[in-house]
Amino acid sequence: MNEGAAAAHDVLLVGGGAAGLRAAIEIAETNPSLSVAVVSKVYPMRSHTVSAEGGAAGAIAEGDSLDEHAYDTVSGSDWLCDQDAVEAFVQEAPRELLQLEHWGCPWSREPNGRIAVRAFGGMKNMRTWFAADKTGFHMLHSLFQTSLKYADLTRYDEWFVTRLLVDDGRVHGVVAIELMTGRIEVIAAKSVVLCNGGSGKVFPFTTNANICTGDGMALAYRAGAPLKDMEFVQYHPTGLPFTGILITEATRAEGGWLLNKDGYRYLQDYDLGKPEPTPVLRSMELGPRDRLSQAFVHEVEKGRTIESPYGPIVHLDLRHLGAKLIDTKLPMVRELCMKYERIDPVKELIPVRPVVHYMMGGVHTDIDGATPIDGLFAAGETACVTINGANRLGSNSLPECLVFGARAGKAAAEYATSAKQASPAVMRQADDEVRRLEQMRSSDGGHERIADIREEMQSTMEDSAGIFRSGDSLAKGIDQLAELQQRLERVQLYDQTLAFNTELVAALELSNMLDIAETTLHSALQREESRGAHQRTDFTTRDDARFLNHALAYRDSDGSVRIERLPVTITRWPPGERVYGR
Amino acid sequence: MADSIQMQVTRYAPAPDAVPTVANYDVPLRKDWSILDGLNFVKDHIDGSLSFRWSCRMGICGSCGMNVEGEPQLTCATFLTDYAPGPVRIEPLTNFPIVRDLVVDIDDFMEKLPRVKPWIIRDDDVTVIDGEYLQTPEELEEYKQFSNCINCMLCYAACPIYGLEPDFIGPAAIALAERYDLDSRDRGQRERLDILIEKEGVWGCTFVGECTRVCPKHVDPAGAIQRYKLKAAQENIMAFLLPRSAR
Repeated sequence: MNEGAAAAHDVLLVGGGAAGLRAAIEIAETNPSLSVAVVSKVYPMRSHTVSAEGGAAGAIAEGDSLDEHAYDTVSGSDWLCDQDAVEAFVQEAPRELLQLEHWGCPWSREPNGRIAVRAFGGMKNMRTWFAADKTGFHMLHSLFQTSLKYADLTRYDEWFVTRLLVDDGRVHGVVAIELMTGRIEVIAAKSVVLCNGGSGKVFPFTTNANICTGDGMALAYRAGAPLKDMEFVQYHPTGLPFTGILITEATRAEGGWLLNKDGYRYLQDYDLGKPEPTPVLRSMELGPRDRLSQAFVHEVEKGRTIESPYGPIVHLDLRHLGAKLIDTKLPMVRELCMKYERIDPVKELIPVRPVVHYMMGGVHTDIDGATPIDGLFAAGETACVTINGANRLGSNSLPECLVFGARAGKAAAEYATSAKQASPAVMRQADDEVRRLEQMRSSDGGHERIADIREEMQSTMEDSAGIFRSGDSLAKGIDQLAELQQRLERVQLYDQTLAFNTELVAALELSNMLDIAETTLHSALQREESRGAHQRTDFTTRDDARFLNHALAYRDSDGSVRIERLPVTITRWPPGERVYGR
Repeated sequence: MADSIQMQVTRYAPAPDAVPTVANYDVPLRKDWSILDGLNFVKDHIDGSLSFRWSCRMGICGSCGMNVEGEPQLTCATFLTDYAPGPVRIEPLTNFPIVRDLVVDIDDFMEKLPRVKPWIIRDDDVTVIDGEYLQTPEELEEYKQFSNCINCMLCYAACPIYGLEPDFIGPAAIALAERYDLDSRDRGQRERLDILIEKEGVWGCTFVGECTRVCPKHVDPAGAIQRYKLKAAQENIMAFLLPRSAR
């Protein structure tokens, strides 16, 4: 079968974070006769899921309900989510989190041994499960270690996928580089699930790890699948200056305050409620991330922020919480502050500023993770189902990885049991890709440096599509990206060796990021309204008549971006006002 | 404070007869910069061919372990100023084969990890329908520190036994076995002991304690090994006194 391929599998999962591993285990448990493989550019336990801190939402507490979780998510999304997806999500999230519990995740507990839940931004009830403030780390290691039970699960650790093989509207596998040796191989598969994370590295200042370069989005986009809602970029309100390391929203859920240079809880000036000594749900510091990050910009404009070597900052105050609470529930926050800021949050104020954190947009999928390309699925941050719409609520992304990872795994397995073998045309595509990569690795005569282009792309994105954007800033950014695309063609690699050539990978990642960046700017330019995380200074209000719909960004054959629109699915919650703190 | 510091970095690319060499790079000495920031400065501005692993740069993904001045460290959590005025020597983690520059081959660990069965083992057929397993905060505390291992391999680089006896299953894998043994939800102690009681299991360790000393996450692998030795010793006495079926 699949002559010319190094290996062939029924289902190939691209990415080994929470979504990919959840999908892998799903298939191993329910369809053990299928050949399943995980290919990832890092060892699975290095995946960016590891950095998630605060928690994972699932309504289980006394007095909470699935409907309230759904409503919080819908209103948090500024009504741009698909409500059928949200209903499935809130329904399945608690079961998925319980499954993780059975797989050993060390969830924090109540004194009686039951699962503990905490408050989170934009959530009306306490429903966020947590493992201290290392929730993603513990979820990832529980999933990875559980996956080791399945000895038949094949892993391609440290393989970088460069291309999806698609022929006649159907996926047939991938081309990938084994980093350790530099050899380039075809991994054939009847179905492929993209679950390789987000693309925060498109921006200069981000909580995202070095690996978050939108590889899955770019692979799908180039193969002809549309990227959905790419204009919606989440800025988390509290990152450490310089490093961009995330200080979890759980700090505010546990009672932390945001203070401007006068020690004033400034969120009260932005229709987010009144300051109370203890946290109030869906109010003030527990408002949604988009609104908090926007409030920061207004404080800068009013001259009420504090200057730092890395730009304006505000303060996060945890001092009144005390050492005991901080050490029990926020131990990593204290560890990170001491290590990277050399301050102790028990006694000192934490300097923070908004930081790019999450892509609401991604590969367009249906509720089972299926993309418009047959056999191609996506889940996790790579995908856009969408439960997040114009603004994701904190602690919804980890359960999203589980719910839609499991769903996509199931659907991909089903597809694989009926799919046929690859055509010869696919192997010709693979040969072309091998030639392209070999040429890239050995070409001489360029003069552009990867780091220069990357830094210019990042500052272009910050300037043109930051927390506030305008038609002018976006149009200018589009021109600048086009120029950077041309410069990338003249890039020079200094490393022409085979073993662990990280410079080649960096060049391929940069190319992925430039394509994604373009879809963000084009989608943002065409959305002439303000909604959730997309705030236009030239169109300052939400416009449901024109824009209660998704943007689908397609790549035309000449490489340009084409935007189409798709209606939002509304089941039970008609568009309304987003109300916080009143 | 001087405005730059010299990094002395191991370079290596596989080729017949190739041996590791050292290259010197001057990088800005900035207050906030980690060793990793220095390496990235080299890669971005001096020599793009330098290879090393890194990802989260917040000490949780476990990718960027290297030897800094002979000591295994997470380079994202170790700062240039701590080595001023320099030079500061950066080498790949010891006890592993070098793949390229600062990148080492950790496949040996990846193959050993599943052997200790680091997952929940049960002898019943409870499912999620039955709800969560109750676990009090005190029961969680029993194993919590062992669950904080990030698989960064610093303990393997520091372990003199692993350097001499590559078959030794090693500190992190034993700590993870203990993590599950101590978990109130788990019933797999017996199965894991059968593995760790072997020669390449806990008996290889001579209690040097370097693993615990270098752990960046305050896990205590040496403590885990000690506990296993006790369990194994008890097991040997039982084996002497009783037939297996009665244990």
